[in-house]
Amino acid sequence: MSTQIRVLLAKVGLDGHDRGVKVVARTLRDAGMDVVYSGLHRTPEEVVTAAVQEDVDILGVSLLSGVQMTVFPKIFALLRQHKVEDMIVVAGGVMPDEDVEELKRMGVAEVLLQDTPPQYIIETLTALVAARGPR
Amino acid sequence: MSKTISHMSPEEIAASVSAWEKTEVAAFLARTPERKEQFFTLGDFPVKRTYTAADIADTPAEDIGLPGQYPFTRGPYPTMYRGRNWTMRQIAGFGTGEDTNKRFKYLIAQGQTGISTDFDMPTLMGYDSDHPMSEGEVGREGVAIDTLADMRELLEGIDLEEISVSLTINPTAWILLAMYIALAEERGNDLNRISGTVQADILKEYMAQKEYIYPIAPSVRIVRDMIAYSAKTMKRYNPINISGYHISEAGSSPLHEAAFTLANLIVYVDEVQKTGVDVDDFAPRLAFFFVCQADFFEEIAKFRALRRCYAKIMKDRFGAKKPESMRLRFHCQTAAASLTKPQYMVNVMRTTAQALAAVLGGAQSLHTNGYDEAFAIPTEHAMQLALRTQQVIADETNVTQVVDPLGGSYYVESLTNDYERKIFEILDEVEERGGTIKLIEEGWFQKHIADFAYETALRKQSGEKPVIGVNRYVMENTDAKIEVHPYDQTTADRQIARTRSVRETRDEARVQALLDDLVAAARDDSTNIMPVTIDLVKSGATMGDIVEKLKVIWGVYRETPVF
Repeated sequence: MSTQIRVLLAKVGLDGHDRGVKVVARTLRDAGMDVVYSGLHRTPEEVVTAAVQEDVDILGVSLLSGVQMTVFPKIFALLRQHKVEDMIVVAGGVMPDEDVEELKRMGVAEVLLQDTPPQYIIETLTALVAARGPR
Repeated sequence: MSKTISHMSPEEIAASVSAWEKTEVAAFLARTPERKEQFFTLGDFPVKRTYTAADIADTPAEDIGLPGQYPFTRGPYPTMYRGRNWTMRQIAGFGTGEDTNKRFKYLIAQGQTGISTDFDMPTLMGYDSDHPMSEGEVGREGVAIDTLADMRELLEGIDLEEISVSLTINPTAWILLAMYIALAEERGNDLNRISGTVQADILKEYMAQKEYIYPIAPSVRIVRDMIAYSAKTMKRYNPINISGYHISEAGSSPLHEAAFTLANLIVYVDEVQKTGVDVDDFAPRLAFFFVCQADFFEEIAKFRALRRCYAKIMKDRFGAKKPESMRLRFHCQTAAASLTKPQYMVNVMRTTAQALAAVLGGAQSLHTNGYDEAFAIPTEHAMQLALRTQQVIADETNVTQVVDPLGGSYYVESLTNDYERKIFEILDEVEERGGTIKLIEEGWFQKHIADFAYETALRKQSGEKPVIGVNRYVMENTDAKIEVHPYDQTTADRQIARTRSVRETRDEARVQALLDDLVAAARDDSTNIMPVTIDLVKSGATMGDIVEKLKVIWGVYRETPVF
């Protein structure tokens, strides 16, 4: 049985800022994780469907356009529709502190803002999967 | 009596440097080693301990020259800021046209001398505010513009012949330009007297900022049509702002920012020339936009080298005859990616240093970032302080009294030469590999940008690239609570109401007939797409009407990401 962590990184909405998500994709890939990157301009439906089909451990959504409070509720609703309960959802990008707190209440496991060191991202995601336990 | 400096030969100078290294330097190093084995610029150019006339001895005198003279290394104009300061152009955009208009008027009242407009994501990407893809995005990161009615509100009370308006928009730029022209005509302005700029640099979108709609070929054709149309009807208008800024913000090195921008320039000039417009009829209105990063002297050298490279490209490659066609003019913005969330007031100091480098590098127009831009779009207070930063540089430091005060600096001239050489090497490589458009499709530029972004992230992590408050002098939870720009939740409703009212009151048959004309114009590569677009916006067509119609015939672009 493979213990390789599977991650889908996604850009949702019209935002084209992909510098951060690509750095994260490469960081996780170099750390031995199985990384799929969705590319730009995806809808929440496309992203959740792909995450479910790929059966990923972690769904990471990168947003620098300020629409996190519109996008994440949709993602959680779609995950519930697919009856997925143990997928780890992580947010990344530029977001105000109030939104970070609100996102965590909503079920986002971690919010990784700009200037988060790559090693910290690897450790955080690894720990989240370990805490969830085997599926 | 020792010789005066100008009488020493390069060999004599080199000999004196060598002797100095063996004596003073060696003795000093024995007691106190230097901080690093080797020093590099932020863009990875190795730098020496110091520079002398020997380092620039081979530079042709003409390459440095004088301000306002080919190849314009020392500035595009002979008097520069002694005549008139750069245009202080803080970008603004949020909410609806009325909301942003208030911010424009505030900034003008604070002494701003130009306007620059940020659009929301739906406007940038060609969706009307009531399209499902626009949900949550209307007026959030910029102003929402769907129809000419929005444009009227945006520019209400602003004299288009007096103040230059910059529209920061790309794949839908031609529609915004059409609205701008329609508004000017409505007001009775003489089109040849209105000034301003529209970004419309689609190629760097595929490379870096990733705001695109159609495939590359029709997108470049639109840009070509905008340039050709403006050359005939709007003599003072800049129909393109060829931009390195976004390439840099997406993570590239300063060298790649410079070289990739000029690679894009070459495509645009080629395309417009092919339509039979003489290069001297449009080149004087080509404008540029670069970032000013943190490495002070490197940025100044970059700007100087860019001017020199541009002049040589326009003269030697494209056969330009007029000096105005060889004179690179640029807008500059300080580096948003250099701003930090922790200890955010330090961003004011970062921005000040970058703005000073932009001025010493000879910028024509400048935006200084707000201290709060690592949180959200800037507040009025942050913008006021950013504008005051420019005013202090302009009015208190006296750096504006001398043109190109760093001209002749051994280091800056040497680095300018290095930049010029490397830029031309990259342009040659692009050509050898099959040209800019082919390399965009292959992800070649994107890979270079992603590589440097990744390197930068690792260097910040290791501390090799110091960032105050992030990897040095870190303090926990000491920042005062910041007040960020609020998003008005009524924006989308207000915006959508106006768009729907335009749709309800327009002559629908006329709009549909014009949309058919648009398709006919689009299918015929030799027809300019601007006139029919101007008719469309005048008759109440929305941006979404126009964009969707052309998606049917042109399709959409989707990139294969590389990382």
